[in-house]
Amino acid sequence: MTEIMTPTCIEMKNVHKAFGSKVVLDGFDLEIKKGESVVIIGGSGSGKSVSLKSILGLLTPDSGDITIDGKSVLSMSGSAREKLNNRVGMLFQNAALFDSLNVWENVSFALMEGEKLPRKKAKEIAIEKLSLVGLSPEVANMSPAELSGGMRKRVGLARAIAHEPDIIFFDEPTTGLDPIMGHVIDDLITHCVKTLGASALTITHDMASARRIADRVTMLYQGKNIWTGPVDQLDDSGNPYVHQFINGLAEGPIELDISR
Amino acid sequence: MSSEALTQKIASVFQSVGATTLSFFEITGRLFLFMMNSVNHMLRPPYYPRLILRQMIDIGFYSLPVVGLTTLFAGMVMALQSYSGFARFGAESAIPNVVVLSITRELGPVLAGLMIAGRIGAAMAAELGTMRVTEQIDALQTLSTNPFKYLIAPRLIAGITMLPLLVLVGDIIGVLGGYLVSVHTLGFNAATYIQNTWNFLSFMDVFSGLVKAAAFGFIVALMGCYHGYQSKGGAQGVGAATTNAVVTASILILVSDYLLTVAFFSQ
Ligand SMILES: Nc1ncnc2c1ncn2[C@@H]1O[C@H](COP(=O)(O)OP(=O)(O)OP(=O)(O)O)[C@@H](O)[C@H]1O
Ligand SMILES: [Mg+2]
Repeated sequence: MTEIMTPTCIEMKNVHKAFGSKVVLDGFDLEIKKGESVVIIGGSGSGKSVSLKSILGLLTPDSGDITIDGKSVLSMSGSAREKLNNRVGMLFQNAALFDSLNVWENVSFALMEGEKLPRKKAKEIAIEKLSLVGLSPEVANMSPAELSGGMRKRVGLARAIAHEPDIIFFDEPTTGLDPIMGHVIDDLITHCVKTLGASALTITHDMASARRIADRVTMLYQGKNIWTGPVDQLDDSGNPYVHQFINGLAEGPIELDISR
Repeated sequence: MSSEALTQKIASVFQSVGATTLSFFEITGRLFLFMMNSVNHMLRPPYYPRLILRQMIDIGFYSLPVVGLTTLFAGMVMALQSYSGFARFGAESAIPNVVVLSITRELGPVLAGLMIAGRIGAAMAAELGTMRVTEQIDALQTLSTNPFKYLIAPRLIAGITMLPLLVLVGDIIGVLGGYLVSVHTLGFNAATYIQNTWNFLSFMDVFSGLVKAAAFGFIVALMGCYHGYQSKGGAQGVGAATTNAVVTASILILVSDYLLTVAFFSQ
């Protein structure tokens, strides 16, 4: 029973978040152990990105608690948060590359600003990270505006892992990529978790990808987790919502607001 | 008309006055907090010399043509206007003083400030606004970089330092404009004009103008950053932020111009 011994890395307890009258998170719970890869699935607009941003401190929950390594991050001071962020890597859903910087400056941003690496060394590392996500060195000097959507996503991914963080968040890492590249990225994520020992939280709509990278899967529906379990129990979860979602069935308990 | 209806009416007037007052205080309070936060980060390390330099070049160097043209024509118009007025009672000899005093004390800093509000304030609001709505500011935070230090402080520093330099150049060009019109179309003697310009100019005239310029530079950068940083809601939000940055900066420039003039010259 080694699993019980593994310390918790991130924990969200009973988190609520509403925008105006729109309730997005309504008692959301999540636990990620050290070195574990957890995937959140759920419908579009269900609040997956909001839950990630709450952990990162970009949004403040209305109530509930979020801890990282046992310390509450909601009451954390700005400088403590900055220190914590040195260990964190985040891929935004839209990549959020800095368009005033070129590709390699984006990738090595944390290395140059945080670890004060000289530019020459930082560029070498950036090119190496770009090759991990299947981008050639020529891309390094391009500006983000010159890239395709999938390339931007991969640059964002390279930036998220460049400083070798031990907590990684990926918001739809394989969306917009072709299936082969998607597979390469999945392997990279698995490599980060298995080889580098990072804890990872990934949002994805790509069920094939979820099966490859997840240790555990949790499903978000109407602000709560309606099912959480090991990835190999995904198919016989016994939960009709999960069953409908992972098989993409039009018929089932999940109702989309597209009638009328 | 019952007295009840009347009291209700009075109450609703008070209510709307109260609500307006509250939202006014809320907005000024938020702006004040933003300003304190910005200044606090501006004064403390780490600094970003590369970014400060880039902003300085953008504000100082690339604004030279706009500010030069504006003050050149302002000086020319001042000479013409004061000539047509003063000639009526034979006071043409005062023209060099009028030109140099109005340029250094008022027209230089105010015109440069308003031009920079349009050129730089709008650009800052648009750039920061776009960074906000495309989550680049969020990304900055997750990369352990404080947006106040990385984005806002360099802009404030560049605004405060570059506007006085611009105004100094603008002062010279403005006086030159007055000189050109006076000597070439109004028939002034060149040597006398220059001598009269120097004779009445005091240190305080130029200095007060430069202090005003520093204040206006701060106002423009602060308004650009504030509205950009707070913007939300996509392209439309960024557009609104840009407009608000220019309008509020322009109004604050005129208000603070009055206050600074009172502080400097009313005894
Ligand atoms: N800053 C915000 N202001 C107001 N509402 C917001 C904000 N951010 C998110 N929302 C709302 O919260 C809900 C959840 O958004 P979120 O981005 O978390 O969805 P998601 O689960 O990531 O969806 P997708 O799979 O499409 O990315 C949406 O209905 C959205 O309208
Ligand atoms: Mg999302």
